Amino acid sequence: MKRSLTLEIALTHLLTKRKQTVVAMLGVTFGISMFLVMISFMTGVNDFTKRLAMEEAPDIRIYNPLEIEKNTIIAKAAPDTTGNVYVVHHQRPKNVLPKLRNAIMLSQSLEAMPEIKGVAPQVATQVFFNNGPIRITGSLLGIDVKRQGELFTLARKMDAGELLDLLGVNDGVILGYGLAKKMNVGIGDRVSITTSEGNILMLRVVGIFSYGMADFDNARAYATLATVQKIMLRDPSFITDLHIKMYDNTQAQVMAEKISQEFGVHAEDWTTANAPLLAGENIRYAMTGIISFTLLLVAGFGIYNIMNMNIINKLKDIAILKATGFESRQIVGIFLWQSAIIGLLGGIVGLTLGYGFCLALSHTPFPNGDIIRIETMPVNFNPQHYIMGFCFGVITTVLAGFFPSLKAAKVDPVQIIRG
Amino acid sequence: MPILQAKQITKYFHEPETVQVLKEVDISVEQGEFLSIVGKSGCGKSTLLYILSTMDTDYGGELNIKGQKLNGWSQNQLARFRNENLGFVFQFHFLLPEFTALRNVMMPALKLGKYSYAEIEQRALDKLRMVEMDGFAHKMASKLSGGQQQRVAIARALINDPTIIMGDEPTGNLDKVNSQRVFEIFQELARQNHQTIITVTHDQDFAAGSDRVIVMSDGQIVQE
Repeated sequence: MKRSLTLEIALTHLLTKRKQTVVAMLGVTFGISMFLVMISFMTGVNDFTKRLAMEEAPDIRIYNPLEIEKNTIIAKAAPDTTGNVYVVHHQRPKNVLPKLRNAIMLSQSLEAMPEIKGVAPQVATQVFFNNGPIRITGSLLGIDVKRQGELFTLARKMDAGELLDLLGVNDGVILGYGLAKKMNVGIGDRVSITTSEGNILMLRVVGIFSYGMADFDNARAYATLATVQKIMLRDPSFITDLHIKMYDNTQAQVMAEKISQEFGVHAEDWTTANAPLLAGENIRYAMTGIISFTLLLVAGFGIYNIMNMNIINKLKDIAILKATGFESRQIVGIFLWQSAIIGLLGGIVGLTLGYGFCLALSHTPFPNGDIIRIETMPVNFNPQHYIMGFCFGVITTVLAGFFPSLKAAKVDPVQIIRG
Repeated sequence: MPILQAKQITKYFHEPETVQVLKEVDISVEQGEFLSIVGKSGCGKSTLLYILSTMDTDYGGELNIKGQKLNGWSQNQLARFRNENLGFVFQFHFLLPEFTALRNVMMPALKLGKYSYAEIEQRALDKLRMVEMDGFAHKMASKLSGGQQQRVAIARALINDPTIIMGDEPTGNLDKVNSQRVFEIFQELARQNHQTIITVTHDQDFAAGSDRVIVMSDGQIVQE
C-alpha cells in the first residue's frame, strides 16, 4: 500500500510533466540504442576480420624459422678459455633447409593427440607466375587436398571449379581471384610457373578461389604436394610446413609450447602469428567501451539535471508531504521511482530502436572493393549486448536519480513553508 | 495531564547574525482547547508553532505531546508521529496540484495505512462534506479557488483524526466569509470532537472567538 502510494505520486508527476518525461526518456533511449549500434557493429567488424584471418590460418604452424646461431664458432673452437668474450659483428644466418625432418612421422604422432583435430602438410615456395610477357611474384602452396579440404575453408571459398579437381588432373593449379584476373586466365587455361631456382613448369588452371582478402587472392596459388615437390625437384618426403587445427583454439598457445618441447621443432600458435590483429581488436574494444560509457554517462547527466530541476519545482510538495508525515525514504522513493521508470521505458524503447538500427545497418551494402569482399556491413546480434546495454542504462538512470532524490529527502519543510 | 506541554523552549537564529527568538517559553495545552497565539510580526509565535509541530527540531527545552517526550527522536520517527497525531493548516494551502481534492485529502491516510482503501475514500468524502467541499472532490486541486483549497487543506488535516490541529495563519489569505467558515469548523472540532486546536493568527476576530489567547512579544509570553 505504502509503496504503491509513492509509485502513484511518481507516476502522477511523470504524467503531468509529459514533455519533460519524454525528453528524459529520449536521453536514455539514444544512449542505449547508440551503445547497441556501436558495440554490435564493432564486434561485427572484429569477428569478421578475425574469421577472415582465422578460418584459413592454422591454429599452430610448425616450420623451420631462420635463426642466428647463438654460439659463435670461435667460442666453440676454444671452449676452455673461460672469461673470454667473443663479439662477432654482422653475423649471417646459417643455411636452414625449409624441409621439416620426419614430417610424415611427426604429423602422425601429432594427429594422435586428443586436442588436435588434424594436421595438414604443406610445401610452400616463392614463384613467378607467367602468362605471356607478365611476371607476377606470388607463393605456390603444395597441399594435401583432402586434409586441406577437411580442416580449412578453401573448398568453400571456390569462385569457380572445385578443390577436388586438383586430384583429377596432372599439374593442376587453383589460382587466387586477383591473380587470375591480373593474368586474365580462366579454368582450362595454362600458366607457366618459374621457381627462384629457375625451374619452369606449365600448370593448368582447374579452379579460382577468393577469400575476400587481397593478400591471399592476389598472390596465392594451390597445387598438390606432388606437383610442387616436382617443381622444386624434391622428393615426396619434402614438407616445409605442418598446419595444425585444434578443437579448441584458445589452447593453442599452451599446445604450441608442448609441441616445441616434446618434438624439438619450432611451433608457432595463432596468437603470436596474429599479434597485430589481436592488438587492433583490443584497441577497438577499448574504444567501443569508452565511447559507449560516455554515451550512457551523458544520458545519465541529462537525467541528473532533469531530476534536479524536477525537485526544485516540487519543493513545496515535498515540504507538505513531509509535514503530513512522509518519511525520508518515501520521499526518496517518489523520485527514485520516477528515474527508474524513465530508465526502464527509455531502455526498452532504446533496445527496440537499437535493434532496428542494427538491422538496417546489417542490410546496408558495403562499398564493395577488391580488398575485402563482403556484401553488407558486418553486424553482430548478441543478446548479451542487449542485456548489458539495458542494465547499464537503467543503473545509470537510477544512480543519476538517486542523488537528487537524497537531496529531496533532506529538504527542511519549515524553511519551505515559512518562505 | 495536558495534551501538549513545552518547557523552557529556547531558539536561536544564526543567520544573518545570532538572535534569540524564543526565551524560555513554557506552554501547556489541554485536550479540546482552542488556543490562539497572537503577537506582532517577528515576536516568535510562528517559530514556536513549528517547534510544537515537531518539524523544527533545532531548539532547546523539552517538548511532550500525548505524554511522550519527543526530544531526541529521529526525523522519520517524528514524521510518523505527525502523520498519526498532528494535522496542519497553513496560510498558503499547499495542496499537491496534480491530484484531485479527494486524493489530497486521502494522502496522509494512505501513508498511515490504518484503514482499507475504500474506507479511506469514504472517510475523505466525509471530511470534505464537513468543510462543504464534497461537491469538488474530483476536481484538480490546482483548479480550485483559494478559499476552496484552504477548506480542502483542513479536510486533509483532519483525515487521520489527529489529536492536535495546528494552524499557521489559517485565515491569513482568506476573505471575511471564508475566514468565518474556517473559524466555525475549528470551533466545531474543539467542541464536538474534543480535538485540540493551536493557531497562530493576526486575525483579531478569530483570536477573540477562541477559548484561550496567548500574546507573545519579543520571544516571550506576555499575557495569557
